[in-house]
Amino acid sequence: MAKIPISMTINGKVHQAEVDPRLLLVHFIREDVGLTGTKIGCDTSQCGACVVMMNGSTVKSCTCLAVQADGADIMTIEGLATDGNLHPIQEAFWDNHGLQCGYCTAGMIMTSVELLQRNPHPTSDQVRAGLEGNLCRCTGYQNIVKSVLAAAEKMGG
Amino acid sequence: MYAAEFDYHKASSVAEAIQMLGQYPDAKLLAGGHSLLPMLKMRLANPTALIDIGGISELKGITVNDGTVTIGALTTHQEIAASQDIQNACMVVAEAAEGIGDPQVRNRGTIGGNVVHSDPASDWPTVLTALNARFVIQGPGGITHRATRTVNASDFFKGLFETDLKENEVLTAIEVPRLNSNQLAEYAKMAHPASFYAVVGASVVITVENDRCTAASIAVGGMVPNPIRASSVESALVGQQLNAESVRAAADLVANDLSGSLMGDFYASADYRKAMAAVETRHALMHAIGLAHH
Amino acid sequence: MTSRIFGSGIRRREDPRLITGQATYTDDIKLQHMAYAAIKRSPHAHARIRSVDTSAALSAPGVVAVYTGADTDGVLNPIPCAWVVPDSDVKTVPHPAIAKDVVRYVGDAVAVVVAESRYQAEDAIDLINVDYETLPAVVNPEAAMQDGAPQLHEDAPNNQAFHWVASGGDTDAAFSSAEVVVRETIIQQKLIPNAIEPRSAVATWLSATGELTLWSSSQNPHICRFVTFLVTGVPEHKIRVIAPEVGGGFGSKTPIYADEMIACFCSMRLGRPVKWTETRSENYQATIHGRDHVEYVELAATREGKITGLRTKVYAAMGAYLSTAATGIPTILHGLIYAGTYDIPNVKADIYGVFTTTTPVDLYRGAGRPEATFLLERLVNLLADELGLDPVEVRRRNLIPKFEDGHDVAMGITYDSGDYELTLDMALEHVNYQQLREEQARLRESNQYMGIGVTCYCEICGLGPSQVAHAVGFGAGLWESATIRFHPTGTVNIFVGTSPHGQGEETTFAQILSDELGVAVDDIEVIHGDTDTTPQGWGTYGSRTTAVGGVAVALAARKIRDKGKALAAHLLEAAEADIEYEDGKFFVRGSPDQSKTIQDIALMANLAYDMPEGMEPGLEASAFYDPPNFTYPFGTHVAVVMVDPENGHIELRSYLAVDDCGPQINPVIVAGQVHGGVVQGAGQALWEGAVYDDNGQLLTGSMMDYALPRAHMLPDIETLSTVTPSPHNPLGVKGIGETGTIASTITIYNAVLDALKPLGVTHLDMPLTSEKVWRAIHQRG
Repeated sequence: MAKIPISMTINGKVHQAEVDPRLLLVHFIREDVGLTGTKIGCDTSQCGACVVMMNGSTVKSCTCLAVQADGADIMTIEGLATDGNLHPIQEAFWDNHGLQCGYCTAGMIMTSVELLQRNPHPTSDQVRAGLEGNLCRCTGYQNIVKSVLAAAEKMGG
Repeated sequence: MYAAEFDYHKASSVAEAIQMLGQYPDAKLLAGGHSLLPMLKMRLANPTALIDIGGISELKGITVNDGTVTIGALTTHQEIAASQDIQNACMVVAEAAEGIGDPQVRNRGTIGGNVVHSDPASDWPTVLTALNARFVIQGPGGITHRATRTVNASDFFKGLFETDLKENEVLTAIEVPRLNSNQLAEYAKMAHPASFYAVVGASVVITVENDRCTAASIAVGGMVPNPIRASSVESALVGQQLNAESVRAAADLVANDLSGSLMGDFYASADYRKAMAAVETRHALMHAIGLAHH
Repeated sequence: MTSRIFGSGIRRREDPRLITGQATYTDDIKLQHMAYAAIKRSPHAHARIRSVDTSAALSAPGVVAVYTGADTDGVLNPIPCAWVVPDSDVKTVPHPAIAKDVVRYVGDAVAVVVAESRYQAEDAIDLINVDYETLPAVVNPEAAMQDGAPQLHEDAPNNQAFHWVASGGDTDAAFSSAEVVVRETIIQQKLIPNAIEPRSAVATWLSATGELTLWSSSQNPHICRFVTFLVTGVPEHKIRVIAPEVGGGFGSKTPIYADEMIACFCSMRLGRPVKWTETRSENYQATIHGRDHVEYVELAATREGKITGLRTKVYAAMGAYLSTAATGIPTILHGLIYAGTYDIPNVKADIYGVFTTTTPVDLYRGAGRPEATFLLERLVNLLADELGLDPVEVRRRNLIPKFEDGHDVAMGITYDSGDYELTLDMALEHVNYQQLREEQARLRESNQYMGIGVTCYCEICGLGPSQVAHAVGFGAGLWESATIRFHPTGTVNIFVGTSPHGQGEETTFAQILSDELGVAVDDIEVIHGDTDTTPQGWGTYGSRTTAVGGVAVALAARKIRDKGKALAAHLLEAAEADIEYEDGKFFVRGSPDQSKTIQDIALMANLAYDMPEGMEPGLEASAFYDPPNFTYPFGTHVAVVMVDPENGHIELRSYLAVDDCGPQINPVIVAGQVHGGVVQGAGQALWEGAVYDDNGQLLTGSMMDYALPRAHMLPDIETLSTVTPSPHNPLGVKGIGETGTIASTITIYNAVLDALKPLGVTHLDMPLTSEKVWRAIHQRG
């Protein structure tokens, strides 16, 4: 099977490679580029641990081929902090005990970034609805919701 | 999970996609990938090649003409949900889009990719059937069929994972009739708690004149291989004044329309789904006429 | 006086690496020349292997090796069961890492492929051709014990894995003379733990030195090392097990699995690092499940509602083999706590462990105690119904009165401390119970069905005294250890044998040390999870990390303080008896100006040029703590639900947890444990359940079918607490990791059944799916 040349920007840096067509974007990010902050939790697009930002909107990178991301601008959890300063959502997760084992956290945070972009002043129910594609088994979601609401407050909308 | 190997071809136009379908007989079209990639990962489908139509701009976007909303096959659920044009012309379509999957599925998944899969648990087939949507299909042309044809929803969804789409054809757009000011439409579903797919879905479009229902188009899905028009409910509604009693009486008739191959599983049996079809139909009607709220 | 660090809800110290994607979980590890393993699993629940043809797989691109049971047989010892409950006729049937003759559940390993990439390994898996002769399956533990049921193991007639009976008082007499008896049949459905991180192992073998290193997503690396020795024969001192960041466990990463032993085997054969990571589908098949009981339970009482006896007969599924702690769960962690918070003089547990052709069952959050709490609290509600009493009133009439230093119960264990009425009162007042009952009555008039569930629980955790562990057949110690090492600059490392994976002990242990020695939390790092660098310990499960491991930290800190006192006395030229310690300072009594900080002491102890005669240099201390008893946290939970009779939908309207785990080191972390625990228990009540067909096929084989709680399905969980210290440990702390799960399943279940009471529904099987509720209401059987 012919390899396909691809090029994409990940966290501001251009990555070029020749990949198998079947290579998933999440495997490209984790194995080829070596950014392991993005996680894999399921096979079926249910858990959201692999959520990254692609061209400004969130995708489950386990349900996207690397070749489909050719030319795309990708941001992963590693690219969220700027100049060593945590993003307000990262800060809020830390302040509000929004994580325990941390495995779902990258996906939760990336989803929350988009959630607050689309709705800067969400209600608690809207945050819960916005997180429906992300599973957490530790927190019961409560402090995740609290974190997102706190971030919204801090970001001022 | 890991897909088996396949070749990858990127089509830059519908014409090229059609030509590639002819060239690679076992190939499948790849749009957003949210129906196809899970099948590939579980190795339930093993095409030798994928033809990526994701970059074809002529397949994207929403246009509104006098009587019709045309949605490009590659338009994502999210784009549909957020479209002011669709909200103005046919709110139920925007609302249905908002209820699909989760935010990431809506961001990547496309309406065309969804409907060609003809999954009985999907929302679009039911919604588009009630709306009498039309499916614009482009093919290579030839002796048996024209290059471009349009198929009604009731003919497009033919069965379980089966549509009217023929070899080497591409679905390019979906045309939804714009709702008139006297038309009310709603979609109600019972979602599976794990997959969010519809266990039962009911979509209603009713026309109301002088407080009476003058026309009704109602489709139910989720428990049948492809959406069924609830003609018993439709005829019971027409001519009626719409209130809680008349709506309940009409919705309860949906069982009459569900003869034959009802589907069930360990989560929700066919019997239960049948009963819930009436409940969801009623919910949709009650919402439509403003007697219940989301 | 600054506020005390012990008890302060400070931000977690582990979070910065986790919120930035810089943490390293096992699957993130990539070693030079690493190969990738994929395991071929049985598609049949029960079958004889006629032959395995690996030739096509061996010649597939990238394939390095393919091994079958014939390769591992005699090289890898069977995977052992570490908990063999005594006097129970436990059948420790052999569990080969790779099946050679018979497969006994869907997911049983039959071969492993090692390839240059994971994709290639998966491709080759499909090319292995196994010829099976299928055998009949049996998935229900009660059915498995009937004559004529398919037999899994030659040495276990009628599939009986063990039979354990425990009793206190004279239960049979209590029942024969009872004024009232209520009975129930309870199905504790099989649950899939679903840690979001799939299990993963990276093994690397150095043939020159005979050293084996295993990175494993384990809750207990030291036990893993011990079992790795048992299975591979590599001596313990040549094995290094590292549990790096671990993405949740909930008990499912406590067992030692065939899979990581297979990874070790492959690395030892090939002389190169081998990584194996399960897919979610594999996780559903090959990572342990929880619960899975069929229970016949009954309660005897007087007409006044005084409970006189509790008796059970339980068929507890073990799955196909005995997993690491399997036999202890439906016995020690279940039967012994039957009486809960009530004074019940006569209690009897009659428990059968049963092999079934399903995924093995082992520790899953709460493990045994949620089942015990469920049956007791269900029976109490049935008793209340029978007597026409409010369920809270029946509870009040039976609660054990407050005790501070030990209370013996019929099953022969001694609760440490409890004030059950206190949490009950607090909970009822907070939810305004009377008002809720009035609202319920009002709503019923308009055919709206609201239900209230109230649970009083106490549980047994903080595992546990090693002597008891031995007496009940657990093949490991249950003490914990901590080593505190001060560096010359006064910063500190704490090395611990427990292995937290989300519970936040890098923070709470630092708080304990900071509280004991006045060192800023930022100057402390807690090191765990690596058998080469941490002292022996037994791991993180059974809500023991803080109650046992945290105490070891405090005791080691006190040794440091003692040495600090002696050194300060020397430096201040005072008698040791005159040295006092407060807030990180040693000073001469009456002269606070004459003082040395702990940092001064650390510097001198490390430079060591001016030490007292005979004192060793360095400031380092280790403590080993073996608790004299378990801890018995308790509380009261209240759930309010709405049930829609039209479609059977249940809405969890509110949930209150009032818990008492003694003094809280970090209340924010405590609340977080309760939130997560409650939601996991809610999952069992409302959504979760492994469903098998009669052929032993797992129908809920993916997250598409197995419904897990999600954010939008849940309300906020309210948490309150009382503080009743445990008398037997120096910090007074009790475990809190499992209480939420232990209490919430039955609380929500009872609330739903309470809602359905006017509709005549008295029983439902979990999970309480909409259809089951609807059917019960509409009696469509």
